Parts: sequence; C-alpha cells; structure tokens
Amino acid sequence: MNQKLLHRQFDNGLVLLGEHMPWLRSSAFSFLLPAGTCYEPEGHDGLAGMTSEMVQRGCGQLDSRQFLEELDYHGIERSSAITTTHSSFSCAMPTEVLGHALKLYSDLIRRPHLPAGQLEDARALGMQDLRALDDEPSHRCFSELKRFRYSQPFGRISQGSEEGLAAIDIGDVQEFFGVNYKPTGSILAVAGNFCWDEVCELLDRELGDWGGEPARLLPPLRSTYGSLHVDHASNQTHLALAYDSASYESPEYYEARALVGVLSDGMSSRLFSEVREKRGLVYSVFANCFSLAGKGSVLCYAGTTTNRAEETLHVLIETVQSLGQGVSLDELNRLKNRIKSSLVFEQESSAARSSQIASDWFYLSRVPDRDEVCAKVDALSCESLLDHFQCNLPKNFSLVTVGSQPLELPSGIVDAQE
Amino acid sequence: MELLTHKSEDGPEIVILHDPAAFTASFGWFVATGARDELSEVAGVSHFLEHMVFKGTARRSGEDVNRELDHLGAQSNAFTAEDSTVFYASVLPECQAQAVDLLTDIMQPLLREEDFETEKQVILEEIAMYDDQPPYGAFERASELFFGDHALATRVLGTTESVADMTVAQMREYHRQRYTKDNMFLIASGNINASQLIDYVEEACREWPKHKTISRPHVKPKFYFGEELIERESTHQHYAVQVWPGVDCNHPERYALRLLCSILADDSGSRLFWELIDTGRAETAAIWPQMLEDCGCLLGYLCCAPEDAEENEAIQRRVIEQTLREGVTEKEIQLARNKITSSLILSDERPSNRLFALGQAWFNRRSYEPLDVVLSRYAAVTADDIMSIAERTLRSDSAIIKVVGPS
Repeated sequence: MNQKLLHRQFDNGLVLLGEHMPWLRSSAFSFLLPAGTCYEPEGHDGLAGMTSEMVQRGCGQLDSRQFLEELDYHGIERSSAITTTHSSFSCAMPTEVLGHALKLYSDLIRRPHLPAGQLEDARALGMQDLRALDDEPSHRCFSELKRFRYSQPFGRISQGSEEGLAAIDIGDVQEFFGVNYKPTGSILAVAGNFCWDEVCELLDRELGDWGGEPARLLPPLRSTYGSLHVDHASNQTHLALAYDSASYESPEYYEARALVGVLSDGMSSRLFSEVREKRGLVYSVFANCFSLAGKGSVLCYAGTTTNRAEETLHVLIETVQSLGQGVSLDELNRLKNRIKSSLVFEQESSAARSSQIASDWFYLSRVPDRDEVCAKVDALSCESLLDHFQCNLPKNFSLVTVGSQPLELPSGIVDAQE
Repeated sequence: MELLTHKSEDGPEIVILHDPAAFTASFGWFVATGARDELSEVAGVSHFLEHMVFKGTARRSGEDVNRELDHLGAQSNAFTAEDSTVFYASVLPECQAQAVDLLTDIMQPLLREEDFETEKQVILEEIAMYDDQPPYGAFERASELFFGDHALATRVLGTTESVADMTVAQMREYHRQRYTKDNMFLIASGNINASQLIDYVEEACREWPKHKTISRPHVKPKFYFGEELIERESTHQHYAVQVWPGVDCNHPERYALRLLCSILADDSGSRLFWELIDTGRAETAAIWPQMLEDCGCLLGYLCCAPEDAEENEAIQRRVIEQTLREGVTEKEIQLARNKITSSLILSDERPSNRLFALGQAWFNRRSYEPLDVVLSRYAAVTADDIMSIAERTLRSDSAIIKVVGPS
C-alpha cells in the first residue's frame, strides 16, 4: 500500500492528480470544475445545476442518447454533483476503459451541445428536485440552514429556487458554461490501477489546448445567527444546529475534527450515547464538519417527535458543551483507531480515493498521505483537544427547525456571538 | 480467493471467502429470521431485537459493546428484512479475534427490561421518521395489499401499536426460538485466519441453547391486486408504488428478470428513463425485483408532480405494453449486461461487499458462485428469456398505492 501522489500542472491551469492502486481492477476519477452555485448570477439560483444537466445532453460527436449508451456500453458508472464552489463529474469503471471515459468527459466539459430544445426538460427536472426536497424534512432542514446561516452567494443550495429556475434561458446556460467551465481552478484526480503516462498523454491531447480563466469576484462570507422555523406537517421536528469551528484549511482542523469525532463518530460517541442510547430521544443524531469560503462550522442534526424536541435540543447543546469537561484517553484512542482504520478502508475503493484527493487539493493545494494523516492523528492529546475547545468555545449558533412547532435557542446560546 | 465451509455436529455453520491479498476482514452473522416469522401481536420484534442485540450480554454492558466496536475501528451495522436479520463488522485483519468474539457474544443478549423500554422509544422515533419520509409508508401498505393475510405482509418495523404493546418477555421468547445454532451462520470475507476463526466460534457457541428451530411454515402466498390512496397533508409530489408478481431467489430466470428491469426501468439509459426522467416529467421512475425464498415480486416506484401523475402513469403503462408486444433489442441487452457486469466487478473489489453477496447466496441456496460464473449467467440470457419472464410478471395485474396531497 505504498502511496505516492502523482501531480501534473498544465500550462492552462488545470491540475491533474493521480494515485496508483495496483491491487484493484478498477479506476475512477473526480473532475471538479469551478462552476458552483456561488458563481451563479443573481436571480438565477439553480443555474449551476441546470448547466450541469445540459452539458450531459450530448457533446462532441454524440447526442444525448449516444453519450449515455457509450457510458453504459463500457460499464462506466457515473455521477454529477453541485456544491457551493464546484460542478463535479465522477466516474468509476473497469480500468481498461479509463482512457475512453476521460475522452468522453473531455468532450463533455469542452464541447457540449447545450441543445436549446431540451432546456425545458432540464428545467422540469430541476423543479422536480426542488419539490422532492420540500417533501423530505430531514434534508430540507440543512438546505434551510444553509440559506439562513450564510450570506449570498454562499447560502445558495444546489437545487436553486423556483424563481431562479424559472428565469433561466439558454443564453444564461451558454454564458455560465462559457465563463466557468475553465481549466484554471479545475482539478482532475484519478485513482486506481492505471498508467499515469498514458493518462498524461491522453489529457495533453484532449485538454492541453483548453484555455481560459474564470473571473472570480466574490464578496466576503457573512453569517447569520439565531433561529428559523419552517412549518411542515410532520410527526417529527427536525433540528439543524450550526456553530463556528476551524475550517479544513486551518492548522487546528485536526483538533476541531477530533472534537466532532468525540461527539459523533461511532456508536460510543457522546451524541449517540446521550441523545439516543440513554434517553431514547431520537433514531438519528449526528454532527459533522463543514467548510465554506475559509470558514468552518460544526453542523448537528437530530430528528425527534415534536413533544420531545425541546428536551432533545437541550441535551444536544449540553452534550456539545460537555466537551469543555475534557476528553478521556479512552475516547481519544477509540477515535484514533477509527480514523486510522478508515484510511485503510479507503484503499479498497478507487472512487472514494479519487474523490478525497480532489477535495484535499481544493482545500489545501496538497494531498496529505496516510503517514502524514496518521502522524497528525497520533499527535492529538486529551490536553490539546481541551485546549482547542477552551480557546474556541462554540459560538455563533444558527438553528433551523422543520416541523409543526418552532423552537428557540436557549438564551445563553443565542448570546454566544462574536 | 478460496471458499471454505465448516459445520460441526452441534455448532453453527461457518463460511469463509479467504482473500490473502485483502487489506480488511469482514464478518457477519446471518440469522434466518425476519418480519415474516412474527405473529401479528409482535409485529416488528425481529427489528426491535436487532437493536437490542447491541444492548449487552452476560460479559458486556451495552456501553461496552459500543465502545469495543469503536475501539476496533470497525465499520459495523445490522439490518432486518422480511426473512433475515444480519449483523456485520469490517475490521483490519489483526482485529479478527476481538471482532469475532464481540459479534458472537452479542448474539446471546441479556435483553434487560430497562434497556428494552428505552430502546422502544428509539424504535417509535424510527417509525415516526420513516412515516415523515416519502413515500410515507406506501411500500409497506403495498406489501399489505399484495400479500393479504400472508406473513410476508408484515411490516419490518412493526406499527406504533405493536411496538408500544410489546413486552420484553415476548422478545426473549422470540430470541430463544429463532437465534439458534441451526438457524444462523457466520460469513467471513477478506483476509481471514480461518483456523483461528473456526476454533473460536466452535468453542464460543458450545454453550448456546441446543434446541432445534421450528422451520418456517411455507404457505404459498396468494397475490391480491387493486388500488388504494394514502392522503398526506404535507405532500408536494405524487408518489405511486406498484407491485407485480415476480420470481423466487433461486429461480433460473432471475438473471433474465434483472436484465429486463435494467432495460425497462434503470435510473439511467432505460426505456422509462428516456420517456419520463430525461424529459423532466418525473423525478423517479424505477422497477426492480425483490426475490424471496418462496416467491418474489417486482416493485415499481414513480414520483412526479401531482398534475403530471395521470399522464405519466399512462406513459409507464404504454412503455410496459410496448415492451410486452415488441420485445427488447439485442443492443439493449448488451448495454444492460455491460452495466450489470461492471457494477458487479466494482462491488466485488471490497471484502465487505463480498460478505453480503456470499451471505445472501448462502441464505438462498447454501452455495456460492464466484463472480466470473455469475457474469457467465448474465451472458447466457437471450431476448426470448427476457420476454418469457416479462410475460409472467408484467402481464399480470398489480397492487398499487398512491400517495397524494390534500384534494
């Protein structure tokens, strides 16, 4: 399991990364393009998603159906996603067809047909996604939290808005594609059992003469604190709670991530133990780290029947604050074991590894290998975690509830602001 | 890779798929008990028991179980289905002994009353959670309609009433009857120390109750058809779940049935995809097989805007009728076969995925076919095979549950 990051910086700005996993039969790639929701023009929420949908409707010599048939014929599994910062395309496949898949996706990002006649179909699909989100309260509370907590354009969600989707015309799609599907800021990460020289050679031919740099003018990120309720006729109240934390780029990210691990990694974690195991308040409760525009947050979720929502929020907050009483050596060791073994599990999947490599490069402009991550994890101590918590007390809380009754943040919490 | 099986006179069966090159090792206890084995007054007991298994034994408290799993860095979980309950953990190979000791120990839980009452609240929250999520119990209701009074109609989670009324004594009795040596087996996949595993499990299970499990009664289900509506105040989309008769899990035509579903209703590149998804008419349109020991069904799921529902359902009917009338093309078969082949190859890379493939095969037929043999089964399917199974499933009447907003 020797790990070596392969790296190539193209003159046009594209970053190509690779990692050999010769024990696999597969290869996978993750292609991040700097075309996320934060680059959508005002009033066009959902344009990144619609553009992503439209570029997949035929490219190069292939129309929409031929493109999908080509992927299916070669057994190429694919997905696409929209985040605040990127549009991404990911594929996993038997390794012998990697070259073909890279050619197809080179066409997709450079020579899509963007057929005007299919714009209404793409819009209808977008509207379906929005309505489905409205029906799914446990997902909706996070969408509403993003909109509530983060200023524009960072608070936009991938599904956009009804008004935004309705306003988009084919010219908007062409322009968004023309401005944002550019090599500068794009990251292509390949992992699996492949030949690096062949991939470099192929991409030299396919993407070497790709050019352009998107204009990037973003306002600073501002956050909104306090609480918001969304009325929804449901059995459960769904709570999404956020507070400030270290971002992925921060030198103290490992401490912050470890504290969230103490809260939420595994069945012995504090939230699972206190909220679910001891009190039976929920079926689902968790916390994770989220980074946006250099700012980090911890996002927590709990879903509970309405008459127990207040107690659940109280226990949730109390459990977060219990980190101030320190982390036991046993807790820390369990966490270290979990992180280290997850790094080995990652080596069994080319798709998981290519996605992690691309993400690391975006946040850090480098990719820590397993030894480096293990060394950082080993260096964590009960003292360093407590010290980090005390120097970075949870503050700037935002709470969104989706359900039939609103909840407010307790006064000590609502006041915990910078 | 090497397949090893071991069964002593009074121990549970152990099946090992050893891959010395694997980085990890996965273990799973597969128990042949699920919702179909429950009496109506304890509907949901298999699933509730699955939760309670983690709540402690004579040697460990519930907290110990959770702590140990995390200490091992295990990726672990459990699930309950109509006919089975499965507990599994994936760990690094050096953690084998502790992981197997833990997983085996928890198969004989103490089932303390206090834990039972607390966990009951978690189960009730789980039922409430799924009831809030689309399609709002439509699959469960469709099963009830389709299977009528047969045990396969039992909801895996039970109902709020059946769970609230359940007693720990009923659960203990269910456990005593169903978690017996002859009703469960251990699967191991990945980099396994086989002799250590066999020696340990033989010894650890020596004291397990020795009585025989009463076999599951095999009452041939009768299928019922018809249509029902569920009204939901908060629904924005229209949801429809449809059930047709299918084939059992050992039926020779199961490969043809999977290819049929891929051609007709895969999430990408299928006939329904081009008609309903690519055009933006629907959010989801899928049909897939569910195969059980003694019968099977096809499940269909449609989600779209309420105002488009009627038209979309007509399109779905037209696509199915056209398929039955005109058949499928060689090109479609090739695309579906390649898609399934690739997906199986990718999945087979992980020992944890092989655990489930092997466990399911062992459940179904006490044998296991390596991936290349499975792929050859798909390669042998012809257009006639696909149309033959289409005739015997989709030509039938069906049970339909629709979920609609306030009228």
